Amino acid sequence: MFPSFAHRVALCASLMLRFAPAVVTCGTVAAGASPPVRETIAAAVTAATPDEQREIILTLKSNPTPEAISWLNKWKEGGIFLNQDDAGTATALLLTGAPDADDSYATVKLSDGKPMLAADGSPVRINPKTVDFADTDSGLRRAMKEVADLAALADPDPEKRIRAIQDSAIGQNPDKLPALETLKRLEKNPKVQRALDESMAIIQLTSPDTAQRIAACNKLGTLHSLAARDIIKAMVSDSDADTDKETRSAANHALTEIETHIAAINAVGTAFRGLSLGSVLLVVAIGLAITFGLMGIINMAHGELIAVGAYTTYIIQNVFASGLKLSPFGVSIAIPGLNLQSGANLYFALALPASFLAAALVGLLLERTVIRFLYRRPLESLLATWGISLVLQQLFRLVFGANNVQVNSPLWLSGNWTINDVVFGWNRVFVIVFAVAIIAVTWLVINKTPLGLLIRAVMQNRNMAACMGIRTERVNMLTFAFGCGLAGLAGAFLSQIGNVGPSLGQNYIVDAFMTVVVGGVGNILGTVISALGIGVADQTLQQYLGNPVTGKILVLGAIILFLQWRPAGLFVTRSRSLD
Amino acid sequence: MTPNPISSRIHGPILIVSAIFLVVVMPCLNSCGLIADFTLNLWGKYLCYGIMAVAIDLLWGFTGLLCLGQALFFSLGGYMMGMHLMLMIGKLGQYKSDLPDFMVFLGHTTLPGFWQAFYSFPFALAMVFLVPGLLALVFGYLAFRSRIKGVYFSILTQALTYGAALLFFRNDLLMGGNNGFTDFRTLLGSDLRIASTQRILYICTALLLVAVVAGCKWLTKSRFGLIQRAIRDSENRVLFSGYATANFKLFIFVTSAMIAATAGALYVPQVGIINPSEMTPEKSLEAVVWVALGGRGSLYGPVIGAVSVNALKSWASRAYPDLWLIILGGSFVLVVMFMPNGIIGIPAQFAAWTARRRNRDAATAASPANRVTDP
Repeated sequence: MFPSFAHRVALCASLMLRFAPAVVTCGTVAAGASPPVRETIAAAVTAATPDEQREIILTLKSNPTPEAISWLNKWKEGGIFLNQDDAGTATALLLTGAPDADDSYATVKLSDGKPMLAADGSPVRINPKTVDFADTDSGLRRAMKEVADLAALADPDPEKRIRAIQDSAIGQNPDKLPALETLKRLEKNPKVQRALDESMAIIQLTSPDTAQRIAACNKLGTLHSLAARDIIKAMVSDSDADTDKETRSAANHALTEIETHIAAINAVGTAFRGLSLGSVLLVVAIGLAITFGLMGIINMAHGELIAVGAYTTYIIQNVFASGLKLSPFGVSIAIPGLNLQSGANLYFALALPASFLAAALVGLLLERTVIRFLYRRPLESLLATWGISLVLQQLFRLVFGANNVQVNSPLWLSGNWTINDVVFGWNRVFVIVFAVAIIAVTWLVINKTPLGLLIRAVMQNRNMAACMGIRTERVNMLTFAFGCGLAGLAGAFLSQIGNVGPSLGQNYIVDAFMTVVVGGVGNILGTVISALGIGVADQTLQQYLGNPVTGKILVLGAIILFLQWRPAGLFVTRSRSLD
Repeated sequence: MTPNPISSRIHGPILIVSAIFLVVVMPCLNSCGLIADFTLNLWGKYLCYGIMAVAIDLLWGFTGLLCLGQALFFSLGGYMMGMHLMLMIGKLGQYKSDLPDFMVFLGHTTLPGFWQAFYSFPFALAMVFLVPGLLALVFGYLAFRSRIKGVYFSILTQALTYGAALLFFRNDLLMGGNNGFTDFRTLLGSDLRIASTQRILYICTALLLVAVVAGCKWLTKSRFGLIQRAIRDSENRVLFSGYATANFKLFIFVTSAMIAATAGALYVPQVGIINPSEMTPEKSLEAVVWVALGGRGSLYGPVIGAVSVNALKSWASRAYPDLWLIILGGSFVLVVMFMPNGIIGIPAQFAAWTARRRNRDAATAASPANRVTDP
């Protein structure tokens, strides 16, 4: 359990009273032990000199409530007005109600919230354009910020608390130490504790006491403080500074520790990005691993089947929202929308199976009309499917337009986890989970279902399978449709992480083929390993070269050299047949 | 792909007539004003494509290697010529500098070392052959040594082309990046913008085409050509007969790359621009389409394919810009499925079809007699 807000504030307050500079109080403030916040602010607004104003504001440090902060903000934004009466006494006013004909507003007094009455008893109305609002100068705003910082330190939201604590270390002001120390005694949340330790150590780096400085260095080293890196670096490199030998060696040590930590973060981050890129490749290539790897068809239209999946996702998204208008060949088609409130988050669940089915259907059509005539002519299947890919691309352009279409990601895909300073974006995590799921499903279908048994039999020896009474034609058709369906799934998935346009598939087709070839044709495990390998290699090269294109070219070169060593890919399907 | 006696008898004269037409008659008609400069220039472009198509056919139709990197060799040749042409612009460019415009734009003040030598035309010409030739030699050696063949060879050459295109799209390669080379002025002292220079370039292209077709004809009719076709039909048997097939394939691969490169070198001064979009895998595939459409395994088929597809493209992309890709893709699917020997194979296909019909008719005429004896 966290200590209550009130408790925390009280503690801060008691602390601040001890350390705050002597407060010069004036009239209204001195009267009560804790006057209402509004009165204090009103007093501050109307105080005669900026110095007096500042001091009154600083008294708020003893009680930095959210209410006080909101009043101070209002002041800063020019929401408090000053009214001089005939005697020359100023009153702080707030505007209220709606403006009347000459843009004047009714007013209330800031101090008690009661309507402001003029000497004759009539309510005062003021026009904000003609009356001065209470001004602030830089000194005043600094004082306000001090109060606000203090309030933030006591914020009930741990995230905000951490940010306030981290901010407090900026400038390494030793005045802030006691507050942090007290907070630390009270704080139960380990993350906030860590932030407190870090900020305190950073401030202590300027301590006059050598032992304390060294301790701070060591602390920051063990904490792997990223925030302290530049400060410690300056300490180490700044030879003029009067830092003594021990401190410097401690700082050096801390710096090495921090930098090792940064290297580790980068390595883990690169591996993670590589893994997610590998998963993208895997998702894109898995359909190809079936149509090309198992069936031996060079399907150059694979990329366009991915696009079919992506466009299906786009249609489903719009059906869940407000509908869609398409005008292919001058025929206008209006698809009505369901206008679902939560459609933006739900549509994807339906888009996945829909895009699988749509792409599988297109694949089925292709197989029946073109590909079944080309099973024995793989090079020509390459050319024919390329022709199909041209036709499909142009059809996308005619139906959906040449520009990219907008596919929104569900909310649950934005955001990230930060574990030990490494950022794990949810969409990347989703990529990996999705790839694992697709691989699992594919593996189950191929290895555990009757259809999978037939597929394997036909792919191993078509003639023998036909002799055993398997209807190879039908198996071919289903296998091809399954591979195309997987491409459609890849499309649904790519629509979440990239642009959806007519040439979507073209961007992935070369990579997909390389992945399958490197993995070894006819072997799904090989495809998995090669996709992850290529992904990690690509990201690592990018990290060290700082250039995505050079990295990609190097990976392509490496693949060509790799095939020198293993011409048939990672996993070779052994066979005694020649040719 | 069995030779047809009737068609081969008339092929010779047709070839000679069309060669004379391309090399002599077209330029003459142009200088008389009967053929527009634009048309002649367009035909020059088609014929460059035709040369590239012959190079592809030499590899694919005769050796069975489907290379998806021919556009890379073509544009490499073009780039080498382009480098010379860029330097010949001299101070006439936008920035009035000795450096090519794109270098000034990128903030360079001196010409990089590897550009210096391109001031010399003979050097540039040598590079047109050497750079693509060397690339083909190294890549082919690696690929054929480890017996990469069939679709794997296609996919690897596609990856090579893709990688090269990515490289040439980069500005720091100092090859013009995205925009490539353009705005050429002179070649060997003659202005590239006047009709007579373009006519000479056209004649060179037509001559080169005739020479390439004749040379390839000679090569494929020789003993070498026999082994080449044997490799296409059954590489293992050739291997077991004691031939080092890898060396044969390497030779053909390098030759084909150089032919494509020369075509590229002639293409650039006629078209006036070369950029990395010319060397993408799609361009290679498009060139393969011409060969398949014209008819692979014959040397003039690819030329017919290249010229007809590009003429169709020029017309259709103006008349039906939206439908052009559908027409191209669709016709391609149809050709692959129903005309395995392309346009050039139509007469043979038709003859086979009529022969089959005649046989069937004969069989039905004879069937009553069969019925009598059968039961």
